[in-house]
Amino acid sequence: MLEFRKDLFANERDDNLNVVGKGVQRQDMPGHVTGRSPFFDDHAFEGLLHLKVVRSPHHHARIRSIDTSAAERAPGVKRILRAADVPLNKNTLLSLIGFGKDDEPSLAVDKVHYKGEPVVAVIADSEAAALAARNLVRIDYETVPHVFDVEDALKPGAPVVNDTYPNNYFEYHEKFDHQKLRFGDTEKAFRSADIVMEERYQMSPIEHAPTETNGTIAAPEQDNRFVVHSCAQGLFFSLGTSAKILKLDSNRLHFIGGTVGGGFGGKVDSITEPLAILGAMMTGRPVRYVLDREEEMLYGSPRGAERIYVKDGVMRDGRIVARHIRSYFDAGAYTRLSSYAAVKCTAHIPGPYWVPNVSSDVYVAYTNRCPSTAMRGFGITAVDFAIEVQMDKLAHAINMDPMEFRILNAYRDGDMKPHRRVAKNTALIECVQVAAEKAHWPISDNAKRMSSLVGGGEGERSQIPATPIDQRGQIGRPETRNAPSTQTLPAGTSRIALSKQPEMEGSRDARPAAANVPRYEPARPMGQPAVQAPAPLAPMPPPASPPYAAPPHAPPPAPPPGATPQHGAMRFSSVFGTRRR
Amino acid sequence: MALQVRVATTMAEAAGILGSDQRTRLLSGGTLVMRDINEGRFLDGTLLRLTDPAYHQINASGARVELGAGATMAMVLANRDLAFLHPVARAIGGPAIRQMATIGGNLFAATPYGDFAVALLALDAQVMVQSGYGSARAVAIEEFLNARERGASGLVTSVQFAKPQNAADFRFRKVSRVKPKGVSVMSIAVHLPNSASRIGQARVAYGAMAPAPVRARGVERALEGKPLDAAAIQAAKAAALEGTRPVTDAIASDWYRREVAPVHLGRLLAGEGR
Amino acid sequence: MAKSPVQFRLNGSDRATFVDPGDNLLVTLRRGLNEFGPKYGCGQGACGVCTVLIDGEPHLSCLTLAVACEGRHVETVSGMADGPNLHPLQNAFMDNFAAQCGFCTPGMLMAARALLERNPNPTREEVIEGIAGNICRCTGYEPIITAILAAAGNRGQRQA
Repeated sequence: MLEFRKDLFANERDDNLNVVGKGVQRQDMPGHVTGRSPFFDDHAFEGLLHLKVVRSPHHHARIRSIDTSAAERAPGVKRILRAADVPLNKNTLLSLIGFGKDDEPSLAVDKVHYKGEPVVAVIADSEAAALAARNLVRIDYETVPHVFDVEDALKPGAPVVNDTYPNNYFEYHEKFDHQKLRFGDTEKAFRSADIVMEERYQMSPIEHAPTETNGTIAAPEQDNRFVVHSCAQGLFFSLGTSAKILKLDSNRLHFIGGTVGGGFGGKVDSITEPLAILGAMMTGRPVRYVLDREEEMLYGSPRGAERIYVKDGVMRDGRIVARHIRSYFDAGAYTRLSSYAAVKCTAHIPGPYWVPNVSSDVYVAYTNRCPSTAMRGFGITAVDFAIEVQMDKLAHAINMDPMEFRILNAYRDGDMKPHRRVAKNTALIECVQVAAEKAHWPISDNAKRMSSLVGGGEGERSQIPATPIDQRGQIGRPETRNAPSTQTLPAGTSRIALSKQPEMEGSRDARPAAANVPRYEPARPMGQPAVQAPAPLAPMPPPASPPYAAPPHAPPPAPPPGATPQHGAMRFSSVFGTRRR
Repeated sequence: MALQVRVATTMAEAAGILGSDQRTRLLSGGTLVMRDINEGRFLDGTLLRLTDPAYHQINASGARVELGAGATMAMVLANRDLAFLHPVARAIGGPAIRQMATIGGNLFAATPYGDFAVALLALDAQVMVQSGYGSARAVAIEEFLNARERGASGLVTSVQFAKPQNAADFRFRKVSRVKPKGVSVMSIAVHLPNSASRIGQARVAYGAMAPAPVRARGVERALEGKPLDAAAIQAAKAAALEGTRPVTDAIASDWYRREVAPVHLGRLLAGEGR
Repeated sequence: MAKSPVQFRLNGSDRATFVDPGDNLLVTLRRGLNEFGPKYGCGQGACGVCTVLIDGEPHLSCLTLAVACEGRHVETVSGMADGPNLHPLQNAFMDNFAAQCGFCTPGMLMAARALLERNPNPTREEVIEGIAGNICRCTGYEPIITAILAAAGNRGQRQA
């Protein structure tokens, strides 16, 4: 079924490879076909105990009281775990790389924030005994208003979902409410476009539904260590997370895994490891904690829902001249990996197309739904769906063949991307050409002749245009979301650095808000002329001169006093689109 | 506390145990009861096994068919006299489920499961229910299904129905999104006996179009006394939703079920493919 | 709660263990007899990863009451190979890359084996029907179908 097209990119290909292009037997295949591949649950232990979790039946509620006395007396019960038993009962996954604040308990403390949130764990001799005792745990709840819609969650007065982020949005750089991308002047380009189209796209959460549900067996080992058979996709990520939550030195944890019965992103959250290990610590016995299918489907975090608004300006000759995307990731009640999804999404905009004016605002909003996490291209998949549906609609609107429309607008090698990086190894034109050929879809000779290697970076395609930014150069403040721009970065501005720490001042809905928000430093054009000769495809004249003038503003304030560093205090890595400071 | 297992060797003994202890559940094929045990819904009570050979027996050689409640879908599929029911039995689960799932169990399978019961409803079956040590009494299946949610008592020993005179008079279709084995968006069974090309005593039943399998009485009326032509099919489609109360579940919304029900009914009546 | 003994043949050997009254066969195999071939996927009959043969017919071990297996013959993936020689289905699964994560493979092999025992030369549609109760979430159905057809072909050649 695989076909290697030797006519495409012939000079970029090495035909003398040993593995690529050849069938090679997988080393785990004999174990798979004989049933001997060791999955986490395929290990025998004497005296194995079983852990089951009592989950919140409410979307949002205060916990008035918890009574475990009857469960503790139930037959076969060895131990009940409650929030106070968890050594560090607040964590966020990406704290291991210094990204985000700890916001999620292993067992709920005084409030539950989504239906299915773990509150109490029961450890017993058998699964049946644990299930029976689970029914005896009495929890008195007082329900409070909940919010399910991402845009509702960001409105003033919305119920506070996650106390760590009281404005219901993930705070980038600890204060900004979204990821922002600005390249050229989209508003101006919309005004000169032949057609402007704005559409709304809504994606639902998707459960990974691995055939092997999430689970862990943890057991005391010699030398005061614990052996942990884990389903984790990132074994050492899970080890680090568990060590942090349990306040153990990581060398006391012996993680064994790597054989995963389907993960697809749904086994990176370490949702079973810490409690299983804690159970082994508390009982001195091996403890097995496996989600049943219902728990996996309802409470094993899904790919998050997304709402995406795409606004495009297009010319009748087929050129897209501006694209603005406003998107909301539904993190559910806790961050998990949604903060990273928004960064990936922003890095992907405007899709595989060269567009001279691009802007985007991507939010991560908290709602009282199951926390969402990684899943196969998360951050990219949904926005790609929205963009490609939009591409078909645009092609229809200008009466152009959708394949030709994509070929015309595709990135080519040498094009400048909105992220101020040059496109390399582009291949969309060839992909569409081959797809058209396979589907017997007629395209013009002109479209057949086009190449990713030809024409990229010509004229303005290689340039960074003059770029207006938000009011007074501030980014990410809720109250400036729709404010007009008052400042323009000159053409050619590449790196733009944040100049100062945010500080807290004033309030929104009586909550603290970032008052003095970082601004861009004065622009430093790249070492090439900012003003180019008009390129053939340019819809707008190049800026006559950079109108930038630094607005007067207060000197950089000191960091807020008393700010406690998070675990692993470190700034974003280059992976997350900003540099270390 | 906790479960215990008892074994009954006769249906009378089983009926007696079921009648005397409300916390006893019969283990027929296991596909419903074992799930409840696995998921912690049945933790305390008696699990009753029944080894009476008569419970598993099929008698289908004559005009009147009797299916023991413990007969499995695989046994139906292995019986040539029941060829008209093979498409129904084949619609239940995969091969392993069909080795286990029983006729009696299917009568208790909650919507959207229970496709075999839909066929039995279209066949006007009688459900034989034994309470205590007496003899079984016949309950019309519609009455049985209506009473199901209120908690049926006694032991279902078998189902009985008249074999369709013409195998082509009985038609069944299960609509699912996953093929070949998916859970029902809906299922339809029709029995259209006819004489001189006119339908008499039409029976049309739906699965997943209400909390339990239901008859489509509007469709039955629309077809009664008519030849099965385009006009009758049109009239049947127009009456397709009478008496339905489809639910929204993980498989489909109630809206979707209402939208597609007339379409699939029309195709089934017209003898068209999916 | 009182445990009760159960004894049955497992892959040709007589085995006995003690079970709780409501224990299913899957738990009994895995936790009572350390037979980890069949997997837990759903506990409700939806996925097929726990498929075993009982007296030659495919059953879902998670929905089978353990004490009801007294005296019967239970077969799992662990009993498929004949010493060092893999079953033709196992070889065909290897040759055709019919496993990705491998979690559905033990159940898939048992469903395929039950099919071929009954129908040595199935059509493609019959193969699809034969594994209809087994989910492969890595969605590798095509190579699995190819492998089962290949195994049937190999057998035919050997018999001829």
